[in-house]
Amino acid sequence: MQCPKCHAAMHTYNRNGVQIEQCSGCRGIFLDYGELESLTRLESQWVQPAPPAPPAPQAYPAQPAAPAWGAPHHGGHHGGGHYRQRGFGRMLFSS
Amino acid sequence: MDLPERPLLDRLAAYAHAAAHRPGTPCRCPGGLVGVLADRDDGTVVRHGRLVAKAHAPGTDPEAHCARLALAGHPDVRAVLLPPLPGPRPAAPDELGGPHALDGRPVTLWPYGPPVDPADPDAAPWEEAARLLALLHRTPPPVGAADRLPEMRAPVKAALAVERMRRTAPDHPAARTVLAAWRSVPDRVAPGGPRLLCHGDFHLGQLVRATGSVPPQNSPSSAPGPWRLIDIDDLGLGDPAWDLARPAAWFAAGILPPEIWSRFLDAYRGAGGPAVGADPWVQLDVPARALTVQTAALALAKSTAERRPLDEVEEVMIDTCARIAGHRTDPAPSAST
Repeated sequence: MQCPKCHAAMHTYNRNGVQIEQCSGCRGIFLDYGELESLTRLESQWVQPAPPAPPAPQAYPAQPAAPAWGAPHHGGHHGGGHYRQRGFGRMLFSS
Repeated sequence: MDLPERPLLDRLAAYAHAAAHRPGTPCRCPGGLVGVLADRDDGTVVRHGRLVAKAHAPGTDPEAHCARLALAGHPDVRAVLLPPLPGPRPAAPDELGGPHALDGRPVTLWPYGPPVDPADPDAAPWEEAARLLALLHRTPPPVGAADRLPEMRAPVKAALAVERMRRTAPDHPAARTVLAAWRSVPDRVAPGGPRLLCHGDFHLGQLVRATGSVPPQNSPSSAPGPWRLIDIDDLGLGDPAWDLARPAAWFAAGILPPEIWSRFLDAYRGAGGPAVGADPWVQLDVPARALTVQTAALALAKSTAERRPLDEVEEVMIDTCARIAGHRTDPAPSAST
């Protein structure tokens, strides 16, 4: 089968029981009738029982030591966002 | 005239004017270079061109103030602290209420220096600040000054902040949390601790660039001057870990990003700063708790006075107090380690 867009060869893959054709050229994906629904169903099954995602990569190599009472999610977006939006200004004043 | 009744701010501005210009010389300072830089409980600061005049807080201990001022002018700390300028010869000292005090508040003169740009977090001189603190902490108290230098005031300031919260916001729903965290901070500084030169109230607002322009040399160099620490009011002898405690508290609260905290701490250590050992939290734990409590207590006091809810950053400090209160204080390692 040829890709309808770029005419390169399509390869058939089986993903969790769903057949999909992917173009070797433009990486486009061709879905047969009902395949999109199958994928959607699989996706929802995947999402529901998923355990809470493990905390973002825990150990960046040079994560500095923190006290036991420190904020739980060090290194995440949280701190950086606070710092840029409002926190930095606070570091310029006595508190 | 009603000179004695003029507001202190006006008289401080007149003092700065007199210091900036010879008597009889007209002022040609552009409007943008003359004005009030700060007017708070802990001090009033007015700029006039190349210099600023500060009226220190009411109730400032004159003897301690003199010792602190002398330290700031001492050559041993020339590379760390911005030195004061000599006072002016006021044309009419009576009008100014004496050359070095207004309403009983000491007045000092300093060269104006540009501060850290609040709009540019990326340009903040964390490393330079750390090196200045390390250098200050490593400088032996100058001979003769050591006996007169008072304690640095960081621990006292934390206690005063809690006092202010107790007085002005006792019924705030978060006050209990802050007090619970405060109970985990030891009452007094352990005797036998370090007695090194300390700033006593370090934060990024305590840095300015020294322009080195006491004589008006219009040197062609446009390179910015070196950073120096300002504000002598809390200077003194004590445990230098308190000077790192505010950034440490911001980091522990999750507001100062870890990479910036690392840069600050690495620069401090790289410059031979003596405040912390291999595990910095052995020394930082108590001061950082105290600064967290101080920040939260003042947030409650100020938000109550302003009749507004806590903002997001202030809430984070209360959350941190809750975690502090939930952890038992480890006894500080004994002095005989």
